[in-house]
Amino acid sequence: MSVEHFERLFNPKGVVVVGASTHPGKFGFVALHNILANGYKGRVFATNRDGAEVLGVQTLTSLDDLPAGEVDLAFVCTPAATNLEVLSQLADRGVATAFIASAGYGEAGEEGRAAQAALVAAANELGIMVVGPNGQGLVSTPANLCAQIVAPYPPAGRIGIVSQSGNLVSSFMNYAVASGVGVSRAISVGNAAAVGVSDVLEYLATDPHTSVGLVYVEGIEDGRRFFTALRAACERMPVVLVKGGATDSGSRAAASHTGSLATDDRVFDGMCRQAGAVRAATIEEAFDTAACFATQPLPAGPKVAVMTTVGGWGVMTADALSATQLELVSLPGDLREGLDELLPPRWSRNNPIDLAGGETKDTIPEVLDMLARHPAIDGVIVLGVGIQANQGRMERQGPFYPEWGLERIVAFHDRQDRRYAESAARCSSETAKPFLVATELAVADPDNAAVAGVREFGQYCFASSQRAVRSLAHLWAYARWRQRRM
Amino acid sequence: MATSNSSVRRTLSEEKSKELLAPCGVPLLAERVVTSPEAAGTAAVELGFPVVAKLCGDNIAHKTERGLVRLGLGDEAAVQRAATELLDAARPEDGQVGVLVAPMVHGARELIAGVTHDPQFGPTVMVGIGGVFAEALGDVAFRLLPITRTDAEEMLEDLTNQVLLGPFRGEPAVDRPAVVEVLLGLSELVATHPEVVSVDLNPLIIVDGRPVAVDALVEIEG
Repeated sequence: MSVEHFERLFNPKGVVVVGASTHPGKFGFVALHNILANGYKGRVFATNRDGAEVLGVQTLTSLDDLPAGEVDLAFVCTPAATNLEVLSQLADRGVATAFIASAGYGEAGEEGRAAQAALVAAANELGIMVVGPNGQGLVSTPANLCAQIVAPYPPAGRIGIVSQSGNLVSSFMNYAVASGVGVSRAISVGNAAAVGVSDVLEYLATDPHTSVGLVYVEGIEDGRRFFTALRAACERMPVVLVKGGATDSGSRAAASHTGSLATDDRVFDGMCRQAGAVRAATIEEAFDTAACFATQPLPAGPKVAVMTTVGGWGVMTADALSATQLELVSLPGDLREGLDELLPPRWSRNNPIDLAGGETKDTIPEVLDMLARHPAIDGVIVLGVGIQANQGRMERQGPFYPEWGLERIVAFHDRQDRRYAESAARCSSETAKPFLVATELAVADPDNAAVAGVREFGQYCFASSQRAVRSLAHLWAYARWRQRRM
Repeated sequence: MATSNSSVRRTLSEEKSKELLAPCGVPLLAERVVTSPEAAGTAAVELGFPVVAKLCGDNIAHKTERGLVRLGLGDEAAVQRAATELLDAARPEDGQVGVLVAPMVHGARELIAGVTHDPQFGPTVMVGIGGVFAEALGDVAFRLLPITRTDAEEMLEDLTNQVLLGPFRGEPAVDRPAVVEVLLGLSELVATHPEVVSVDLNPLIIVDGRPVAVDALVEIEG
């Protein structure tokens, strides 16, 4: 296994689907479909016992007919019993990497474990890097490659995903599709017979297309090797990690899923802290945080300002912040006086900065600018945007539109909410401070002008302020880990 | 790195454990190991009252459970009486035994620290809140060995009950750099003595803010 193998796996000049099927319900059909349907530019070959045409591809009846040197990656869907022969034919045609989707290996009892050992031995002998078996596939957006047996294909981006569970790769990528915060590479290691999470992590840390790692693990074969790979990756980029099987009952489930040994979860937790990885408790927290790393600068310190147009969310956010290492900073006098000039007397006069409904057309962008420029503020959470556009939606869909001046005011609300999103993104990029926008409208109405604006300006809209706080706390934990060591 | 089935684990006596730990900067009480009640009394006079007396030997690991610890001995006669009883309580399987006499220290707080071997990650170092609620709280932080000073400092930050590390019941805040030195000492011990598979410093009593190990057990393999 080498970096060169991974380069060929993720940037193959040609792909062959071994065991393509004419039946649209079979993996051998779906894999070919997904490669062809998502814009892969290299040559695509397929084999089929009967030589049938599948999805416009004239299949080969034997791998011996594959042109030599044209293919770097084989996606193997054939039954386990035939795969030793498949590997030797692939080696003969110069195919360096194989993703084995076939089941019937280590997960399938004594016989399967023997087959898996034989597969690895043959691959090593032939110099082929085998990923899987029993894996879901891989995605590589720089190559427009969707070599997997399930949807989705995510937008291109900076997040590199590696997982011991295929379905959780799909879950992460579904969030990527919904939020627009994209993915560089994604791979499920299946039974990890030859290539494990540590190997992929080592590659991702060298990959210029990846700047955030997102990892799901249940158990680790070689703990020291994993720690070393994780530590090295964290020196170059943030890594967000979720571990299944953190509790006693979870670890029993993990033992039957991936055959993992139990370790004291507190040891695993300390290992993550030491390596610099941030550990998320749930899949949505993990994606939130990876998306935050991918779109926001690291905070220089823990001091957070909360700007809100609605009181309740400000209070909830203050509560959420108190459970973290972040600090709801007390506003310095000059900042308070500056805000006094922008806001009506009833504003909260402290942090959270509750505008108390006193905003006029330019208030929110001006307040955000003032917070961005003030040295006492390391990061900002922006709440209560999208409310006007939400009302606009009701008016646009109501029986009176566009009369009674509704057309004009609805367009104004949409413009304003988009502008708030634009302001937050601009403040963040101009001052290198994180500005996180949170609203439940991210879920309730993704087309809301504020939510769509956040997406349009390349940011991630958090579904609640608590989720924004958690992610910002993870950013600060990683920033501090770096500050103390580099 | 599988541990070989043929290797043998054994626990060192408290005295030998402390001999290993002292050069690594683990703060230990001034103490004496003696073999007669008279010598125990003399040692106590030199150390200053009150003292504790414990029976110790290579094969004695669970002193408290066997009632082999006597606390708060206030004069020479009490020390001699306790030493007599402890020596009488020795069993043949305990091997060579002695009576350890040490000053009795007081602190409202206790920490625990140690080294354990994780099946996946190998040797680890641990620090946590000790005392009677230690198990109920489960407030401990681990790192893989070896550790850096920054790692050790962050272990203390990881503990949930930070209020117990601040000024507490008239005692000053825990001297964090002093606890950090203990953890670095454990790291150094395992680096220089790879045969050490576990260390148990329990309790690490906080006396005027500074940690003192009043009991120590080292387990070695091979």
